[in-house]
Amino acid sequence: MRRALSVIVENQHGVLSRVVGLFSGRGYNIDSLTVAPIAGTEFSRINIITSGDEAVFEQITKQLHKLISTYKVFEDCEFVERECVLVKINIDQNLAGLDSLLKGYNGTIAHSNDEYMTICVNDTSDRVDNFLKTIKKYNPKDCARSGVVLMEN
Amino acid sequence: MITGAKMICEALKLEGVEVVFGYPGGAALNIYDELYKQNDFKHVLVRHEQGAAHAADGYARASGKVGVAIVTSGPGFTNTLTGIATAYADSIPMVLISAQVANSLIGTDAFQEIDAVGMSRPCVKHSYLVKTIEELPRVLKEAFFIARSGRPGPVHIDIPKDITAIKGEFKYPSEVNMKTYKPTYKGNPRQIKRLASALMEAKKPLLYIGGGCISSNSSEAIRKFVEKTKVPAVCTLMGLGVLEHDNPYNLRMAGMHGSYRANMAMSECDLLISLGARFDDRITGKTSEFAKLAKIAHIDIDPTSISKIIKADFPIVGDVGSVISDLLDEVKEFEFDLSTWHSVLDRHESLYPSFSYEDSDEILKPQWVINECAKITPNANIITDVGQHQMWVAQFFKFNEPRRLSTSGGLGTMGYSIPAALGVAFAKNNEVVLNFAGDGSFLMNIQELMTLTAERKKVINIILNNAYLGMVRQWQTRFYNERYSETNLEDVQPDYEMLARSFGCDSFRVKSKDEFIKAYHECLKSPRTCVIDVVISRFEDVLPMVPAGAAIYNMILPQKLITKDSK
Ligand SMILES: Cc1ncc(C[n+]2csc(CCOP(=O)(O)OP(=O)(O)O)c2C)c(N)n1
Repeated sequence: MRRALSVIVENQHGVLSRVVGLFSGRGYNIDSLTVAPIAGTEFSRINIITSGDEAVFEQITKQLHKLISTYKVFEDCEFVERECVLVKINIDQNLAGLDSLLKGYNGTIAHSNDEYMTICVNDTSDRVDNFLKTIKKYNPKDCARSGVVLMEN
Repeated sequence: MITGAKMICEALKLEGVEVVFGYPGGAALNIYDELYKQNDFKHVLVRHEQGAAHAADGYARASGKVGVAIVTSGPGFTNTLTGIATAYADSIPMVLISAQVANSLIGTDAFQEIDAVGMSRPCVKHSYLVKTIEELPRVLKEAFFIARSGRPGPVHIDIPKDITAIKGEFKYPSEVNMKTYKPTYKGNPRQIKRLASALMEAKKPLLYIGGGCISSNSSEAIRKFVEKTKVPAVCTLMGLGVLEHDNPYNLRMAGMHGSYRANMAMSECDLLISLGARFDDRITGKTSEFAKLAKIAHIDIDPTSISKIIKADFPIVGDVGSVISDLLDEVKEFEFDLSTWHSVLDRHESLYPSFSYEDSDEILKPQWVINECAKITPNANIITDVGQHQMWVAQFFKFNEPRRLSTSGGLGTMGYSIPAALGVAFAKNNEVVLNFAGDGSFLMNIQELMTLTAERKKVINIILNNAYLGMVRQWQTRFYNERYSETNLEDVQPDYEMLARSFGCDSFRVKSKDEFIKAYHECLKSPRTCVIDVVISRFEDVLPMVPAGAAIYNMILPQKLITKDSK
């Protein structure tokens, strides 16, 4: 089962590896991970998407709480969730329909040159998955996902 | 303005540190130069850094204070890992200071550089890599606070060499104020009320006493509770001494090598109140069969412990002593009548007395040796190593006080006992310090005998010598068809008598009861550290025994019951 976690920690060196170590130490997978400082505070926010059973997940959240550097753990709450994806496609091919696809997904052209166009979509992970499926027909050259950013609402 | 090295010494002094255990080296030179100049506390030069960590650990267990160790970077630090992990597994307060290469060299694979905080991370309560001189006083203060508060544990501070040389302002904080760390000591009153009603309804309530009762100094509160309510109690290896040995409500140790009565009590109780215990697999056996008929109350300062293995019906986060006193307040008007439950337990006890063994006059039995020591020196401070001898000590020595036993419970670290005994000897000046080891374990950190001699500290070491890695041999006997793979030490032993003498110790090798008693009295008289190599029966097993993974009521019991453990 997919799990979303948002952890507020002290913004200090070594903290991220402590958090990640809790997952690796239990052989638990991290599907996505994003980290950034929270402006104007001494804290950082670490967003983690993982999957697993109830018991292990409960231990992970308790252990996260237990870390000396952890301030707050948000889990299993209603999150606003966004993920960004960049896709690079060759402009030589037939790009019919791309416009409306971008419109449907609130996408933009982030960059282009005489060879490639890089498009950007910002949405929930599910919708980013769908977008990536659809965009396949334009033979994307490369793609980069950001990992999920979360905020409890 | 003072140097970082001096700040370390000042902080240790302000924390009331009496003794630190350590070993110098290049990156630690500034610290050692400062140690040389001060007289506020003693530095003990161990002979191996693992010894420093175990000695700090032994000191902490016996004294209840924070143990401190200082080592150099690279190999100095890596040698302490087993000791840190040992302290972590048993929640022992410790501050380990390791030197690190200079900040400018970190990350360059410099001589004796290792990612120390990266290596200690999974086995410390918290760790610091000090990057600036400004943060050093705060880090030192926090380290001691974190080590001793909440669920205690080891804290590691890695300090680069340049930080120990440069000067800064030393303002030692008077308090710690961390937004992210605030342990809960007071139990939730509503949960305690709920538990109180369950307790008053219970027909077969049982306390389950763990090491947390010792680290939180809750023995007094628990004894009061037991006296008033008459609720019987089992304990773990780490909980020995919380109740007096012959307290009528003390059902003694439970678990893999626990008594029949204790394990049956766990299996039959209808309310199990866990106090600072963590449901280790050595206690629970097969978890689906564990305390199957009972509602579970789990009291622990560490929320991650609660419901980790066995789901708790009454989860209470808090200090054991505080919670049990609150619980007593709730039930103190109530008249408990548990006589039926007690008679059930008495019946179990008469069936298979806890603990029993078959004595012999031909060959020394380890249980007899331990009993004899308990008779002659009932108030000795006991240290054990790991193996059969450890379990026999737990079963047969009569512990009447907390902090009388130092043993590696959670990690089961062989080589623990000699250095730990060194630490205990510093905590308990002029008291009898008695170390029981196996012939295998004794060799693992034997170099610390030299430290004991150098420091003029006296420890009586008893090697229960079966010329086997006995505990492993026992499993091979029972579960591997007597294939004694790499456990037979017969004819491949050092002459322990001569070896001990070369370290400046008094030594004896004994084979009979008379010889043992004589040697033991000699040791008590001697001012030196002593070693008695006791030749014991080779194939003695620790019983009862619950095979790994079996339910704890499925015990392999002693066959013949001739000698009952005498009062
Ligand atoms: C460092 C370490 N290595 C291996 C073990 C596994 N082990 C547990 S008990 C034991 C045998 C101990 O033998 P000995 O010290 O002679 O004591 P006895 O069991 O004979 O009393 C071993 C090898 C361990 N606990 N610790």
